[in-house]
This record gives sequence, structure tokens and C-alpha cells, in this order.
Amino acid sequence: MDHPSTGSPSALDGDPYRPSDLQLGRVAYRRRQTVRSVIVAAVSTLVLGLILAVAITGSPGWPRVQDSFLDPQVAAKSFVPVLRGLWLNIRLLFFCAIGALALGLTVAIGRTLRPALFFPLRALAALYTYVFRGAPLIVVLYLFAFGIPGLRLTGTPSVLVLGGCALVITYGAYLAEVFRAGIESVHPSQRAAARSLGLTYGQTMRHVVLPQALRRVAPPILNDLVALQKDVGLISLAGPIDAIRAAQIQTAGSFNFTPYVVAGALFVLLAAPLIAVTDWLTLRAARRQSSVGTA
Amino acid sequence: MSTVLSCHEVRKAFGATVVLRDLSLDVAEHEVVVLIGASGSGKSTLLRCVNLLETVDDGTIHLDGADITDPRANADHVRQRIGIVFQAFNLFPHMTVLDNVTLAPRRVHRVPRPEAETRALALLERVGLAGKATEYPDRLSGGQQQRAAIVRALVNSPRLLLLDEVTSALDPELVGEVLALIRDLKDEGMTMLIATHEMGFARRVADRVCFLDAGVILEQGPPDQVLDAPSQPRTRQFLQRLATP
Repeated sequence: MDHPSTGSPSALDGDPYRPSDLQLGRVAYRRRQTVRSVIVAAVSTLVLGLILAVAITGSPGWPRVQDSFLDPQVAAKSFVPVLRGLWLNIRLLFFCAIGALALGLTVAIGRTLRPALFFPLRALAALYTYVFRGAPLIVVLYLFAFGIPGLRLTGTPSVLVLGGCALVITYGAYLAEVFRAGIESVHPSQRAAARSLGLTYGQTMRHVVLPQALRRVAPPILNDLVALQKDVGLISLAGPIDAIRAAQIQTAGSFNFTPYVVAGALFVLLAAPLIAVTDWLTLRAARRQSSVGTA
Repeated sequence: MSTVLSCHEVRKAFGATVVLRDLSLDVAEHEVVVLIGASGSGKSTLLRCVNLLETVDDGTIHLDGADITDPRANADHVRQRIGIVFQAFNLFPHMTVLDNVTLAPRRVHRVPRPEAETRALALLERVGLAGKATEYPDRLSGGQQQRAAIVRALVNSPRLLLLDEVTSALDPELVGEVLALIRDLKDEGMTMLIATHEMGFARRVADRVCFLDAGVILEQGPPDQVLDAPSQPRTRQFLQRLATP
């Protein structure tokens, strides 16, 4: 907003421009306004922080809450087991993210195929996104982790793998719709241009439509991955010892909820880089919007 | 001279609106045919039908004697022999100018990248865009984008070039550079079918001007005949309206 250079004389030797008194007055006024708004922001933040601190620590139940949720000794003792559990979450997140992205993209492309031959595929893809965007993740998780082993088929994978499949299938449905929105947001004239050059449907998709679509949907896709990384913790409901389950075990031993807070804090730290990347990408996309006109 | 393109009683309707009404048109080799007519007269639709971006409802279109409206014809192979340039350029925004131009040679004709780029750079050089080869389309002016789009259409060495109101999205200053390029192409013997609103350009580049009205060719002939002494009252009316906006 403020260009400090407007107040200084021009750097060009040949240009005798000097800002008028009117302009100097405006620059000085804007500077005063900037200083004022910084002070207002700092004071209001401080006041709000104080009110919150006083209200929470001054509440009648605060000492007990502090004991059972924020006990430093319990936190120190549970830190290592919870961290070890988190390693499972990270590995699970890695494979689930890849699986859900691949499934989502495949389903999204499947839903855009027009030839009659692919009607069953298209119908199946549509049905899938309807069902698994609607079904609660916990229900899907229980059905996979307890229902499938219940069939007593030989070669049934472990509960961990089954739980991972439940996550992939649920998140794949959301990601598919985001990918599809991206594919359909690419203007038809782009396809026309590609097809008129002799590119086949597949080549058009791969070299022209998908690169543009993926760039556009990268921020919402990453946002869904942030949600996935958090929901990976739900696997604890099926039994595997992840960070949440480890915290639960610790809690059961000490009757103190601090391990859950430790796990929660670790999840936030784990999400922070992904969230930062998402914000950065969104910001970059917003900046580009102005320069990239008709697609 | 052999016939490159032959449209015979082509009919195309969008819903209840009949856009092309049993239209017939032949384009000979090295001939430049310019289609003029009001918006909605069917110029663009005819070009899109020739490039198989639209399916005709009746009639036939032959390219070098082969029926391309046959549903068994391979549309990709047909399009490889026809270049089209659009009003809105339609360059691929995520690729550099050079990649835009070399995409079809590399992917469709399997030309190795260095060879495709050498040829593309030579063509870009010709239209004065060699310096912009590594830029993205949004860094180019409208006239530069349209010249890049023409190069992209030319790089396949098409039998026939279709130009769909290629100067309509450009401001008057930039129109000249695009029209000069098209005149050069004519001098080299490129067979072209052009839809345009630029009457001055039609006069200078056309071997034959066709006036389209309500989906039929109402009148055709050499440019001076159609543009200066039209025989049909409808043509006269159209040209008069252009002259006195």
C-alpha cells in the first residue's frame, strides 16, 4: 500500500520531479494511520489474551483441570510411547494419502469418460462417490476392520491394512469429487485445441487437461490431506497402537488425561507443515489468478 | 488443380436452430476461400464441422477425396491433416510457447524433442517470436499469442488451414501483424478456409469470397465482384451495414 519512495525525490537525474506538498501531506497521513493501526492491533490482542487467561485460570475448576490435563510429569512419562504410536500414524498417513489420491484421480477420470462402453464404470464411480461421501468414517472403519475378518476368508490382511483401506476408500470419494471439479473447470476450448492438433482423448487428458486441473485443485486436495492426517488417528478404534491408542493406554494407567493432550499437540505439529504448504499454494494461486486470464 | 476440401449438402442443427442448410463448398489446392456473413450465419460451425469438432447432421465432407464424415473415419488422423486457429487463441496456458508448438509433433507424430524444437524455432523465428519461445502465453500480447497459435497449427504441415475469426479478439493495432502472416502463408501456397469480419483483409487475401446467410452460401465469387458489386440484396444490405456502423 504505502510506497516510501513517493516521499523521496526521484532517482532519475533528468527528472526534476519533486512531490507536491499535497502528496507529502498524504504520505505523512498514511504513515500515521499505519502506526496507529499497529498499536490498536497490539493492544486489542493483549487485552483479549489477558481476559481469556484470567477467565480460565480464575475459574473454580481450573486447578483440577490443570492436574488431569496438563500434568508435566505425566506428559514427560507418556511422551515416548505416544511418539512411538505417532510413527504408526505417519506411516499409515503416507500410504493412505497415496492410495486415496490414486483412487480419487482414477474415479474422477472414470466419471468423465463419455463412450458408451464405459457406462458401467461411470455408473459405478458415481455410486461410489455417493455412498462413501455419505457414510460416516467410523462405520466404514468398523465394517472393514471387524466385518471383513468376520468372513473368515483365508488371506485376510491385518486390521491395520483393513483400517487403512477404509480410510483410502472414504477419502478417495472426497478427493475424486475435487479432482472431477478440477477436470471440468478446464475450458472446453482447451480440449478442442488439443483434439484439433490430432491428440487423442488420452493424450489430451494427460498433457492438456490434467496438468491444468491438478494445478487448480492442489490447495483443496492438500486441505483434504490435512483432514486425512487427523482422521488417521481413528484407526485406534480398530485396535492398532497408534498415538491415540498409546495415549489411551497411558491414561488407563494413570487416570490422567494429559497423554491425550500430548497426542493432540503432536498431531497439530505434524499437520503444521502441510497446512503451511496449503496456505502458500492457495496464496500463490490467488496471485496468479490475476495474470492468467482466459484459459 | 485438385480439390482439397469438398463439402456436399452439409446440414447441421443445434436443437431447433438449423445452422447449416444443405451447404456445398469446394476448396481447391492453394486456394484461399473467405467466408463472410453476420454472426450466426454458420461460418464458425462450418469450420468446426470440417475439423470434426462438430458432427454433421447430414451431407458429406471429403478431404483429399476421403469421406471424413464417415463415422468409421479416424477423427484423430483427419485432424492431423487440418490445422485450425481459433478466435480466442486457445494456447495451453501451462506450457511455454515452444511446448505449445511442439506438443503435437512430439506426441502425435513421435518426432524426437530436439528435432521438433529445431523446426518449431525456425517457424517461430519466421513470425518474429523466436525470442518468446520460452515464455508462457500470458506474458505475450494478443497478436503474439495469435501468431504463436498459427505456428502451432502450421507445425503439422497441414493440407488445409482453417482460420476462425482470428483477429476478432485483437485490438486494431495488433490485427495487422496477424494478417500479414496470413498473407505470407497464401503466397507460399497454403490452402485456407477463413471466416472473418475484416472485409479489407478478405479483399486482399481471398481467391473467392462466399457470403453466408442463414446457413447457405447466398453468393460467391472473386472478392471485387462479391464485395463491390454484389448481386443479392441481402449481401448488399450486410456490406452496407458494415460500411456505416
